[in-house]
Amino acid sequence: MNYIDGFRNQDAAARYRVTLAQLGQEWADQGGRACFMEVCGSHTMAIARFAIRDFLPPSVTLVSGPGCPVCVTDPGYIDAAIELAMQGKIIVTFGDMMRVPGSRSTLAKSRAAGGWIESCYSPVTALELARAHPDREIVFLAIGFETTMAPVLAMLDTARRAAIPNLTLLTAFKLVPPVLAALIADPELKIDGFLCPAHVSAVIGAHAYRPFADTHGVACVVAGFEPLDILHGVEGLLRQKIAGHATVDNQYSRVVRPEGNRIAQRLVDHYLMPADVSWRGLGVIPASGLVLRPEFARFDAESRHGLTVQPGRLNPHCLCGEVLKGKIRPVHCSLFGVACHPEHPLGPCMVSSEGSCGAEYRFASGGVTR
Amino acid sequence: MNHDQILLAHGGGGRLSHALITDEILPRFGSGPLASLPDAAALELDSTRIRFTTDGFVVQPLEFPGGNIGDLAVHGTVNDLAVSGARPRWLSLGLILEEGLSLSLLRRVLDSIQRAAHDCGVIVATGDTKVVRRGQCDGLYITSSGIGEALPGFDLGLDRIRPGDRVLVSGPLGDHGAAILAAREGIQGFHAPVSDSRPVHRLVEGVSSLAAGIRFMRDPTRGGLATVLNEMTTGRDFGILIRARELPFSPGTAALAEMMGLDLLHVASEGCLVMICAAEVAESILAVWRTVPEGQKAQAIGVVTPNQAGRVILESAIGGLRVVDVPSGELLPRIC
Repeated sequence: MNYIDGFRNQDAAARYRVTLAQLGQEWADQGGRACFMEVCGSHTMAIARFAIRDFLPPSVTLVSGPGCPVCVTDPGYIDAAIELAMQGKIIVTFGDMMRVPGSRSTLAKSRAAGGWIESCYSPVTALELARAHPDREIVFLAIGFETTMAPVLAMLDTARRAAIPNLTLLTAFKLVPPVLAALIADPELKIDGFLCPAHVSAVIGAHAYRPFADTHGVACVVAGFEPLDILHGVEGLLRQKIAGHATVDNQYSRVVRPEGNRIAQRLVDHYLMPADVSWRGLGVIPASGLVLRPEFARFDAESRHGLTVQPGRLNPHCLCGEVLKGKIRPVHCSLFGVACHPEHPLGPCMVSSEGSCGAEYRFASGGVTR
Repeated sequence: MNHDQILLAHGGGGRLSHALITDEILPRFGSGPLASLPDAAALELDSTRIRFTTDGFVVQPLEFPGGNIGDLAVHGTVNDLAVSGARPRWLSLGLILEEGLSLSLLRRVLDSIQRAAHDCGVIVATGDTKVVRRGQCDGLYITSSGIGEALPGFDLGLDRIRPGDRVLVSGPLGDHGAAILAAREGIQGFHAPVSDSRPVHRLVEGVSSLAAGIRFMRDPTRGGLATVLNEMTTGRDFGILIRARELPFSPGTAALAEMMGLDLLHVASEGCLVMICAAEVAESILAVWRTVPEGQKAQAIGVVTPNQAGRVILESAIGGLRVVDVPSGELLPRIC
């Protein structure tokens, strides 16, 4: 904890407050306003938890991007998981998925209706259940970005080598760079910079963001999840704007290497291949996801259990898609805090602990005055 | 008893039921009103001002670092009485046993109940045992009720809280919930969290001479500190400001929370006391608490504020302000 405490130093944070105020004024004097997107749900959470919006100058806005894997999971995926549970499969999932609305129901309601649905902290739980219940089919809900893929595939690798016959993945793996490219291409959006995710970047490497800076002129800073990391990252983005250039600045070099984690990348390449996948609220984005290669089809829940994930049905009034694109803030959705709140989430952004709406509702960061 | 597991017949009212009572229950709890196994315990109380509470315990795993379901049940009930300003006197215990439960585990739980009750100065006055089929409960459930006598001087209530009052906690937060999570996930080691399951009645009785300045007390179990503080402020014309830098956390618990993404404000403690008191008595209370083993890490964590009515505000570690909300959904299923 001593190591972490250094990145939460209040005196250092106070100095960032002063620096950001000066840079923000300088930028405002140039007539500028900057909209930076924190891509990752863990950044969103840390920004809310440590009340980092308190430290931002008026000329800088931080918006939350599509970096929470739970938030971008299509309702049809939840429908498919529920169907498998109702067929008698044991479903294993990270806890955040339990209350995500499908078209008609949630995993939590399906569990109450008799489905065997286990929430876990580690994919290894699925392997343990497969060994403990050889007469049952176990389905692990394999959602997540580049960071989550490696441990899930490591678990699958163990299952394959041990010839475990009753374990499959219902995949909804997604990739960060393609969705960032889609956001940049959206003419309604004006994103000046990306606060690039910490752990995803540890896998894919800082170089992965070069096209956004080099080709599209979007400032990029890879930042860690500690509050001083984030403040440092915002300072880096603001300095790029003031200097009038865009680069990829790796401020999380204590973890992130330019080329990323080759071992994790090889594991992913071995088992998975790119596919066009659907993002909740964003639609289908070409080559933005990864699915199991055909030679591993026996581990694919869809092919093994004769199921196809359908698009599903979104709540027509839910604006999570607009929130995920950074077009609106959660409070601008008419459902926010009225019909949609953490006890009764209508959209996925309110469900996840890393969702923009959930973080905004719980912490009201920026909405508290001294 | 010549069995190593609980059988359905242990709850059938016949020979095995009798053996369970005479071999396991009476040797541990038979010195008081329970001795003659009456249908109802005959109790003599000195006071006419009594406090009465009940609770259910369904924790998994049944044994965890720092305790087991038995001492947890005693401490949980004792603490509910203590924070209401009462001296715990009598307990009832209802045991729901699952067919197949290891008898040695049951003995360890009963031993823990005996030790915890003795430590808390309470007597197990009555009880009940039932056995259900395998699969109908998770090994062992305990329901516990408690009777306590109100201590003189305490006049507790949310309506007594005033702006300027101080918020105190008696010990590190979240140790119980973190220990349960660590046990479930198989996390072990030198710094692994240990449950804080323990009584707080000594903390209450120790400051009874300062009772006039004590406004309100609660033990932050399920839902953690965040829930307790929100219960105090919701619908009130005051707010509460707490400071992250003052919150006491055990190193192992804090490390686990960082690793697992837990907000320790939402995680249960089982041997911690949250108190609102007048500013004038805060330091005296902390001084007393720190002389008691369960209060050595006692800390003033915040103040009652005239603004931010109805809300709990946290000054974060870096000095930003944000709201502290109650947890939603299942944080850690079945922890107490």
